[in-house]
Amino acid sequence: MTIEELEQIAKSVHQENEKYDFEINVCMDLACASQGADKLRAAIVKAAEGSGKKVLIRKTGCMGPCSSGPLVRVEPEEVLYHHVKEDCAGAIVDSLGGDPVPALQCDLNDHFEKQVRVVLENAGHIDPEKIDDYISRDGYKALLTALTEMTPNGVVHRITESGLRGRGGGGYPTGLKWGTVAKAGGELKYVVCNGDEGDPGAFMDRSVMEGDPHRVIEGMAIAAYAIGASKGFIYVRAEYPVAVARLTTALRDARRRGLLGNNICATTFSFDIEIRLGAGAFVCGEETALIASIEGRRGTPKPRPPYPAVSGLWGKPTLINNVETYANIAPIVRNGGKWFFNMGSERSKGTKVFALTGKITHTGLVEVPMGIKLWEIIDVIGGGVPDGHKLKAVQTGGPSGGCIPAEMLGLGVSYDALMAAGSIMGSGGMIVMDDTSCMVNVAKFFVEFCMTESCGKCIPCRAGTAQMYTLLTRICDGNGTMEELELLVDLCGTIKETSLCGLGMTAPNPVLSTLKYFRNEYIEHIVHKRCPAGVCNIEAPVEVLA
Amino acid sequence: MPAFTPPPLPSDDKRWKIVSGTMRKNGFARYALIETLHTVQSSFGYLDDDAIRFVAQSLRVPLSQAYGVVTFYHYFSLKPPGKHTATVCAGTACYIKGADKLIAAAEKRLGIKAGQTTSDGQISLMTARCVGACSRAPVVLSDGEVAGEVTGGQMLAQLERWAVE
Repeated sequence: MTIEELEQIAKSVHQENEKYDFEINVCMDLACASQGADKLRAAIVKAAEGSGKKVLIRKTGCMGPCSSGPLVRVEPEEVLYHHVKEDCAGAIVDSLGGDPVPALQCDLNDHFEKQVRVVLENAGHIDPEKIDDYISRDGYKALLTALTEMTPNGVVHRITESGLRGRGGGGYPTGLKWGTVAKAGGELKYVVCNGDEGDPGAFMDRSVMEGDPHRVIEGMAIAAYAIGASKGFIYVRAEYPVAVARLTTALRDARRRGLLGNNICATTFSFDIEIRLGAGAFVCGEETALIASIEGRRGTPKPRPPYPAVSGLWGKPTLINNVETYANIAPIVRNGGKWFFNMGSERSKGTKVFALTGKITHTGLVEVPMGIKLWEIIDVIGGGVPDGHKLKAVQTGGPSGGCIPAEMLGLGVSYDALMAAGSIMGSGGMIVMDDTSCMVNVAKFFVEFCMTESCGKCIPCRAGTAQMYTLLTRICDGNGTMEELELLVDLCGTIKETSLCGLGMTAPNPVLSTLKYFRNEYIEHIVHKRCPAGVCNIEAPVEVLA
Repeated sequence: MPAFTPPPLPSDDKRWKIVSGTMRKNGFARYALIETLHTVQSSFGYLDDDAIRFVAQSLRVPLSQAYGVVTFYHYFSLKPPGKHTATVCAGTACYIKGADKLIAAAEKRLGIKAGQTTSDGQISLMTARCVGACSRAPVVLSDGEVAGEVTGGQMLAQLERWAVE
């Protein structure tokens, strides 16, 4: 495969598409699929066949506003339809070439206006199971350009120049990490993609792997060239069967096109990728635990150093990045480091994808430039809190993160600002809570999560999270005392400072951040024996749905 | 050193050939342990002692290590699932939207705890850490099929249909 051949494929896809007068893109992502997108698509195909119009019907990945699903976008008119039921298929096909169907048209201008799509640029525009669709949108151009026109050092330099930081949550500078692995000695090195997405309440990585799998593969291949690796692994959660299937198809197609395998693009560079399945362990998002899991062992972390960049998979230098980090690579190589550097805030560059969920009008996937104010995400893009309730807090970073109170919505979204506010950027879960959520109970929920997910290797995490859970349960049940609250704070500090890995070190964050901003709720539970949100069961019998 | 010969298949059940195929594809390498256990679970529905022993011997992994892996990861189950499985997602978004109440209601109706199967083997009630359909929370998987914005009534109706089957 050469750049000329790549351009030829892109050209033939465009020619093929020009044979059609219209395109109907149907979102087939999990949220839309659970609302009947499959039947809808079949109905559209049938209606189109009967209409005599030349229509290209395409299955696509996530278009974003999942709460409005099933979603359908018609091109070239660029009309987005929401809540499309099976019986609307005829109306949509009939409207082609004329005026759009007003009843189905959605007004999500505010939702899309503030978004900038880099990682999700292809989402909703390509069929993830067709490699040529990806190629037609400049896919694999960055890889071939890197291979033929850039040195490995040049690639590392471009990534460094872009200011990209790891999107898994930690925010380590990607260029620096690549440079370290590139400098590490030895013939054999590995590239690993962390697709474990352990944060419950986040699904960005799933959407990218399912909706645009080649983007991840291309990013990994570029990384492999830059650091001198010939073998890669994508570690995916077993809970994401569709992502596994899409990646498997994508890898097969990339091999067939000569974009993976030996001597890619007639160069000396050879690279291939294998998929490894996770098996449901949050701790496997930690890089040393992930390595153990790929090697077929229990996912228990190891002390660092040595860092995986020096001694990782089977003791070899290993580069581990998150799905979204790899998804940013191709556009950076294509458009230049400066292009990326000019987006975002001072120390956080580019964009970030968030899974916006919880008590918010427009749930779904959003991609925003770094530095955007939280209120812009919640009120403008998300459409605010529904049903007349009042916003209480925004949770970011999952079980390792914290809750940011409504008063702080003026905060700009960046690694440092979120850290300073007692939360973390995390992988991109953003859960909105209103006045019906009890912050003590939320903290208990996360601590219970960390307690069950603790691998048990180090005592502060294994025993500490269990003790935290006991104390929080006592407080939620109205049995807590002020002394116990002090003990809880003390325990949080101990766990934070003495745990072996990130899971333990960050497990107290949900407690500390809620204590910082919602201390009065803890006091209410302890002193007045009441739960202000009415969630915790103090005295009153358990509320059970019948 | 004599070449390694893997142990014979535990029975002439065709599913063992699929399991063996996974191991062969990976050259009977030790790192294929988790992959192989996935194949056993997807073929048989769960992992019993015979299966773990067979896989451990075939991959030359100590039995203790194989058992350790099986019990470490939540995805692996040592008990056969019921005829039907209701999985309530217990991720954060689902929790905020009331998944805990769904679990409590299902537990009350079925008279079992989450993670258990009814005594007649008809229904298993499970929880999932997150299935990634957070925008449609709360989410329940009925025999693997995802349903979003599930109400207590809808879920109990489904359990009712399964119970009388």
